[in-house]
Amino acid sequence: MRELRRLHLALVEVFESRGYGEVATPAIEYDEVLARGDGRTANSAYRFFDERGDLLTLRSDMTVPIARLVASRFAETEEPLRFCYLANAFRAVRPQRGQMREFAQAGVELIGLPAPTGTVEVVEVLTAALDATGLDRAVIGLGDADLYRQLLSELGVEGPDRDAILANLAMHNLVGLETELERAGIGREQVDTCVTLSQLRGGREVLDRAREIGGEAVERATARIGRTFEALEQQGVAARVQVDLGLLRDLGYYSGAILEVYDPALGHVLGGGGRYDRLLERFGVDLPAAGFALYLERVHVAQLEEEARREGAS
Amino acid sequence: VNVEVAGTAGAMPDGPLKLAVPRGALLEGTLDALDAAGVDTGAVRGESRALIFPSEGIVLVTMRPSDVPTYVEAGAADVGITGKDVLLEQSDRMVYELLDLGYGRCRMVLAGRRGDERLGEAQRRLGMMRIATKYPRVAERHFESTGRQVETIEVKGSVELAPLVGLADGIVDLVATGRTLEENDLEVREEIVECTARFVANRVAHKLRATEIDELTAKLREATGG
Repeated sequence: MRELRRLHLALVEVFESRGYGEVATPAIEYDEVLARGDGRTANSAYRFFDERGDLLTLRSDMTVPIARLVASRFAETEEPLRFCYLANAFRAVRPQRGQMREFAQAGVELIGLPAPTGTVEVVEVLTAALDATGLDRAVIGLGDADLYRQLLSELGVEGPDRDAILANLAMHNLVGLETELERAGIGREQVDTCVTLSQLRGGREVLDRAREIGGEAVERATARIGRTFEALEQQGVAARVQVDLGLLRDLGYYSGAILEVYDPALGHVLGGGGRYDRLLERFGVDLPAAGFALYLERVHVAQLEEEARREGAS
Repeated sequence: VNVEVAGTAGAMPDGPLKLAVPRGALLEGTLDALDAAGVDTGAVRGESRALIFPSEGIVLVTMRPSDVPTYVEAGAADVGITGKDVLLEQSDRMVYELLDLGYGRCRMVLAGRRGDERLGEAQRRLGMMRIATKYPRVAERHFESTGRQVETIEVKGSVELAPLVGLADGIVDLVATGRTLEENDLEVREEIVECTARFVANRVAHKLRATEIDELTAKLREATGG
């Protein structure tokens, strides 16, 4: 616990020094509230009734509860709003090291700053947070949540076909992806475009390769990522960032830039985030927003693994 | 301003790529595919009882096919090869499925005793079939999606035994040639899904060791004609 607490303190210090105020929300929310933020939460793992028969849910992340908080308590406050949290959330997973059904998340939400300014600030805070954990090899993947949605509408793929394709992309099942793309009845060339795009990851040269593939949706997404990447370079926080056109986070509320965090010493994703410019309007305040969350237990495991590796090397 | 190529600065992968190789029915095809992709498999083909075989720029780790998703999900192996049947049964293991290798082709089927109507009878009169299988989740999903109620009985050894001695009305199992079924007086009643060997990768390794994994994927694709 002492190590976890030290990690917690180090992260909160990073967040607070950048003007992010710590907030807390209840672990139990009305199901209807979470479902409004993310349709998928309607399938949330842990649901039960209260004494009046209302349906309650254990939150699966902090972004939707904070969106609700902003709408109900900070609607009149001048933006941008900066919040941080360290909170437990709940998901149905196969319990294993660094992946429990109840897990701690440390993160920030930046509300009221659009892309790319807001995105850059969030990446900057994330970089500082990773620095504070000592995970100097950690990498931040930067992708675009709208790329495939827009690409598929450009290709005229809709309905169940589209959902099946996006599901395979989120799972990164390339065999299934190809099958579903073919089933959607688009040309061979378009199938290859989608599959190739999903494999593009690396430095900014990736954007040039994507542009060669062409198409309006690709052009727009690469332009968005390019602008963000340039701004990150100007702020001097691009060093950890890897452009990744295969990124597609499985939470429904993301739009625009999405982030994922990895460390070579750990086989699991350390955290993630991105822009959710259309989430707050579902709660009645139309504001752009972005944020990230780190899985605290996984960061802890990665610290241990990196330590063991350094000792082994010396 | 940082001018270093992004993504290369932070990612410093540890040692050679670790590839999980399935022992058993898929071993031969896997070693052939790896040979054709330029990976030296001589040591694995030998008589050695070792489990880990370092090769040129890659380490081959041999294991049961059903363990491959476990090792790859945890990152203990960066990439691996296993059957689609294993991936379907362990669909909660988060691994990236990169390539259909085409070999090891077989069918997941529902089979019952030849000329015996027990399966249909159980369904019609009891509203429920008893199905013995090594793939309880694949079986349950199949019957659920076709609106039938079953009791799945998980067995570890020869599944064919179960209907012969009255443990189950039928079985869900993998069939390659169909000979084992035939010899045990069983016949295919329904085909559930076709399975082949698949190339899978750990999520983080796929991001941080992109070049190595992409190269190996391309070579394997070429080697297996995919």
